[in-house]
Amino acid sequence: MIEAIAILSKLIAMPAVPTAEVLHAVDLSWAGFIVWMPLVSLVLCGLCAAFKVKTKAPAIITVICLATSFILTLILWNSYTQPQTIHLFDWLQVHWEDGSFVANFALYIDSLTLLWMLFVTGLGTLIAVYASEYMEHDVGKGYTRFFAGVSVFLFAMTCLVMGDNLLMLYLGWEGVGFASYWLIGYFYQKPAAVAAAKKAFIVNRIGDVGLALAIYLIWSTFGTVQYDEITTVLQSNSYDASFGGWTVHAIPYLLMLAAFGKSAQLPLYVWLPDAMEGPTPVSALIHAATMVTAGIYLIIRTYPLFMLDEYALPTVAWVGGLTAFFAATIGMAQYDIKRIMAYSTISQLGYMFLGLGVITSYGAAYHVFTHAFFKAVLFLTCGAIMHGFAGQLDLRRLSGLRKMKGWKIVSYTMLVGCLCLAGFPFTSGYFSKDAILAEAFVTQGPGFQFLGWLAIFTAGLTAYYTFRVWFRVCAGPVHFEPGDELHGDDPATFKPHAPRFAINFVLITIALGALLAALPYFVPNETEHLHGGWIAEMIHDSPATAGVPGNNVAAHAPHVEAHGTIAHDLPHGDILGMDPHKAMYYISAVVGFIGIGFALFFHLFFRSSADKLRSKLLASRATRWLPTSMENKWYVDEIYIALIRSPLWVLGKFFSLFDKYLIDGALVNGIASLPRTAARWFSPLHNGSLQSYAISMIGGAVLIVLLMLFMPEIVELMQSLNPQSTNAEQVVVTIGEAQ
Amino acid sequence: MILSFAPSALAGYLVVSGLLLTIGIIGFLVRRNLIVMFLCTELMFQGAAIAFVAVGRYLLDYSGQVMVIFILTVAAAEAALALALVVLLHRQKDTLDADAYGELKE
Repeated sequence: MIEAIAILSKLIAMPAVPTAEVLHAVDLSWAGFIVWMPLVSLVLCGLCAAFKVKTKAPAIITVICLATSFILTLILWNSYTQPQTIHLFDWLQVHWEDGSFVANFALYIDSLTLLWMLFVTGLGTLIAVYASEYMEHDVGKGYTRFFAGVSVFLFAMTCLVMGDNLLMLYLGWEGVGFASYWLIGYFYQKPAAVAAAKKAFIVNRIGDVGLALAIYLIWSTFGTVQYDEITTVLQSNSYDASFGGWTVHAIPYLLMLAAFGKSAQLPLYVWLPDAMEGPTPVSALIHAATMVTAGIYLIIRTYPLFMLDEYALPTVAWVGGLTAFFAATIGMAQYDIKRIMAYSTISQLGYMFLGLGVITSYGAAYHVFTHAFFKAVLFLTCGAIMHGFAGQLDLRRLSGLRKMKGWKIVSYTMLVGCLCLAGFPFTSGYFSKDAILAEAFVTQGPGFQFLGWLAIFTAGLTAYYTFRVWFRVCAGPVHFEPGDELHGDDPATFKPHAPRFAINFVLITIALGALLAALPYFVPNETEHLHGGWIAEMIHDSPATAGVPGNNVAAHAPHVEAHGTIAHDLPHGDILGMDPHKAMYYISAVVGFIGIGFALFFHLFFRSSADKLRSKLLASRATRWLPTSMENKWYVDEIYIALIRSPLWVLGKFFSLFDKYLIDGALVNGIASLPRTAARWFSPLHNGSLQSYAISMIGGAVLIVLLMLFMPEIVELMQSLNPQSTNAEQVVVTIGEAQ
Repeated sequence: MILSFAPSALAGYLVVSGLLLTIGIIGFLVRRNLIVMFLCTELMFQGAAIAFVAVGRYLLDYSGQVMVIFILTVAAAEAALALALVVLLHRQKDTLDADAYGELKE
């Protein structure tokens, strides 16, 4: 409140100064509300749940809170001049004689953070609007739970992106993992959803171990976990971190493990396709647009650390390139359109890692940005189809949507998404993908040329599988079969439920965003010597600056030049004698057209030929493996089960038996049974009859009296039986004396 | 002047005392009614008390009488408590048969 008054008074005092500058000049702590608003939304959703609200109130609350976050982000972006830290409160402060561990709850605002925040909060808001209609069949049941989950996710994601230290990133990292688990398992009555949620959580744990270890090593090497201080330490040592010894070589690989887990790369990608069990808005928001790009954000954020190891970035490039190809081959042979999009996401994330690996953080960031829009719109259209056709997602059972009443918006926004994903010339995906592909030829590195050609081939596969979906589902003759989630409708007379206003509005907005995402490539930037338009400017003052074309790499990371192996811009590579950037415009356009052409042939004009080809391949012994293994996802899940799950299961069974029979059986219950056995001998005495107690009491008294009366005689008797005993005599003496 | 009495007279007192004790014990063992059992314990008390008084007088020792005062005190307190218990038990089960309250075993 006081801040608001201060801002207002300044505004009145200086009417000529733009609002943004005044906001900037006063205090930036209001930026904390970007983080707090999703938390407010979570609390309000919790209250809705507590009061059993049976309306769409949770959706309205969430949309308003997220929209506030988005607007605040826009203001912050508008007023941005240079990187700065906004301190919210002290979080962890441990100091001792010669060191400290400081992790404040502070926001680090640089252009990279803003780029990420723009699409995280923007798409978050839009997808919440979409979900308000999509989830309406659950109003009063899981509706509140869903929006609470979305709020948790946005809170964790803003912490992850905006935090000024690695510990806050870790908080957000775990938070988004938890939110992902929460929302994948939304339909907790479905065993498949529960299994998928567990799988996502457990596979992500593997990566999280890497992140935790990396943060520890970074702290022990640099003495801090704050980004700006790490950069300061690196700069003061002229980027020669040899003082860290082996740790500087371990850190990048541990960070990579974390990034590959969260961003679903080989070999940890297996959770992402299964995560499609969650509601579609979740798939669009978390598993396509935002959360899965956290791995790319992590690497961009710690880019200077990756420069410290000679083979770190080439490893990223190879993993990314191979994942892109591998996932695309699986995506080609799936029939579930949502699953195709999942594999496509993995493949596109692979492109982004390839971009990071070949030192074009600019290209990777741009692809993250465009991909967020076009993949969101693809998932949301899949969701609208699934919603309208009672859960039908099989592309063989849907056809000709664009000719059906009420499905035009879905069909054409999907077409926009497909064009961008396929890299159709002059769409956003075309420019962002080219930036990565060209750089694979520009940058000299181990096998980067090969990766470049592989990525170009994958671009063709991408165009093919993308348009396979669109031609099958949206084009061709009208035909559909409803899925199995009929909610009481008769399958014979089933009528698809066309999406209404909220879904159509969001689809059009995001599709427009996907088209407009091409503009940043043309918007000229004001920074000198910088190529690549607005996005390049957006990230050039972040740690990722080494990957921005036109920047003086040597000034930021001189040792890269010294290494020589992954130096950027020094020996400029080429494709077939042409400049890679120019050549790539033609090559990727041609490859995209070829892919679309194949899809056109097999899935629109001669649909039966696809099946003929498949059965021909299956008939021959030599080629049978190809379609079967592609349809079975190269048996990766089965390999995981055989190599990891089964041995662990056997081990677990062994330990459970060990626990059951040795620990519980022999030790715990064994010892416990001793007093019980002893008690069983005496328990007949307690028969509950008062008279029998009286008898034993009186009998005992009588016995004592008799003993006292006849003690000398008894002792005498014993003595006569055992004359050698001398002790008996003493007993007689003592008893005699006592009497 | 306090005089002792002859051993033969003591024997008579002790016989009465022993009889009271025995009657008490037998009564306690054979009867089921809680009030009767309680009265039998009183009989046993009195048997013991008579023995104390008689032996005390025989030995010209006041300890016997002191003991009897204690016994009477304890008996009075115990009577108050036991009768209250008996009333409560009767309210619970409408019977005073001692076996009816056997569920306290174990």
